[in-house]
Amino acid sequence: MLAAMLLLPAVFIRALAFTPAEATQGEAQKIFYIHAPSAWVAFLAFGVVGICSVLYLVLKEPRLDRLAASSAEVGVIFTTAVLVTGPIWGRAIWGAWWTWDARLTSTLFLWFIYFGYQVLRSAVHEPGQRARFSAVLGILGALLVPFIHISVNLFRTLHPKPVVLKPEGPTLPGGMLATLLFAFVAFTIIYAAMLWQRYSRATLDDARDAARAEADDRA
Amino acid sequence: MASALGAGLIIAGKDLKLELRSRTAFLSSLAFTALVLAIFNFARDPTLISATDLAPGILWITFSFAGLLGLNRAFALELENRALEALLLAPVSRTSIYLGKAIANLVFVGLVEGVALPLFAIFFNVPILPVLGGLTLVIALATIGFVAVGTLLSAIAVSTRFAELMLPVLMLPFLVPPITGAVQVTSRLFAARPFAEMAPWLKLLAGYDIVVVVTALLIFEFTLDQ
Repeated sequence: MLAAMLLLPAVFIRALAFTPAEATQGEAQKIFYIHAPSAWVAFLAFGVVGICSVLYLVLKEPRLDRLAASSAEVGVIFTTAVLVTGPIWGRAIWGAWWTWDARLTSTLFLWFIYFGYQVLRSAVHEPGQRARFSAVLGILGALLVPFIHISVNLFRTLHPKPVVLKPEGPTLPGGMLATLLFAFVAFTIIYAAMLWQRYSRATLDDARDAARAEADDRA
Repeated sequence: MASALGAGLIIAGKDLKLELRSRTAFLSSLAFTALVLAIFNFARDPTLISATDLAPGILWITFSFAGLLGLNRAFALELENRALEALLLAPVSRTSIYLGKAIANLVFVGLVEGVALPLFAIFFNVPILPVLGGLTLVIALATIGFVAVGTLLSAIAVSTRFAELMLPVLMLPFLVPPITGAVQVTSRLFAARPFAEMAPWLKLLAGYDIVVVVTALLIFEFTLDQ
């Protein structure tokens, strides 16, 4: 966790001081080194939720439920980071904080789905029932993401096109590409560290709740 | 599968018979729909925006709110006198329970839409008769997707706290594909655009229906497992 925390300022320093500014966008473009990796981690996190949800319904292993719940929570944080950094850049470059653009809309709904996931978990007390309900929603949510993406992509989009993952190969200059890849790795490590922290806490929470329920039964 | 559908039809019949006897939910849903349509009248300036530009959006927002109200009913009904436990003890599969509830919801929402549509045409002066065939198709496609995912989520929402609030919070993101698709097709129908412009949206609606119906049939049992 500590190492992960140190990586974040390292990304900031590398992006701000040691990476050339983009010719037309200037310094505003630097937010890209936080925005894009956060979006990647959000998708990774929700992918983990979907996989853990399917596995939970098959195996009924409480650890998978805890992992899904932890990953969803961390994913919401990173989606929030995407939704906050995007408008800051948009204000400088597009002249508007928000547009109802394909990517923006789908990210916003991504946030809503997994926010609803958290609300659902907080509204169910019985652990087995909570795990089953969350798994059902986790699976539905993972299926919905591509549909929202298609349905909003049928409209036009203003969002900048990908500059790294595309068929012709990356078109980003070397120095920027290095910073971006470094940020991707750093954010993935931060995700893993946050997931681990959250998961450990969930394990303790569950143990405490189980002990409490047992004590209530005895009383 | 045939026997599951048969048992499902019996459950749907039971729900609809209950509804037919009281008619409370149906009549209040209709009143609600008419009120939403009437209130939309205040939300537009008729000198600036023509009714046909705004109409598709109004139609689909009204349908989704009316549908949401109807969905809560399906499982809330079974909580009274713990009827759900009897339903679970009955020698029918969980799939049948899902099919029964979904069919009853489909009939319920479909009837509300059937009454709301002419009302909408009169209130907003939209000629629906020339495009009735296409409109029926798109309403059916969007409603199937809506009801399929809504039945599944309402089974979850009903056994949580704040059930009435939980359903919309969980459900609204799942309405993005059907509602955007339906609004786009509806506005092209009203503007008499060629079919080729609607095809991608109709494909999206049909694809969504298939995916949610299959998924719901596969995972519904986990929402009731006691």
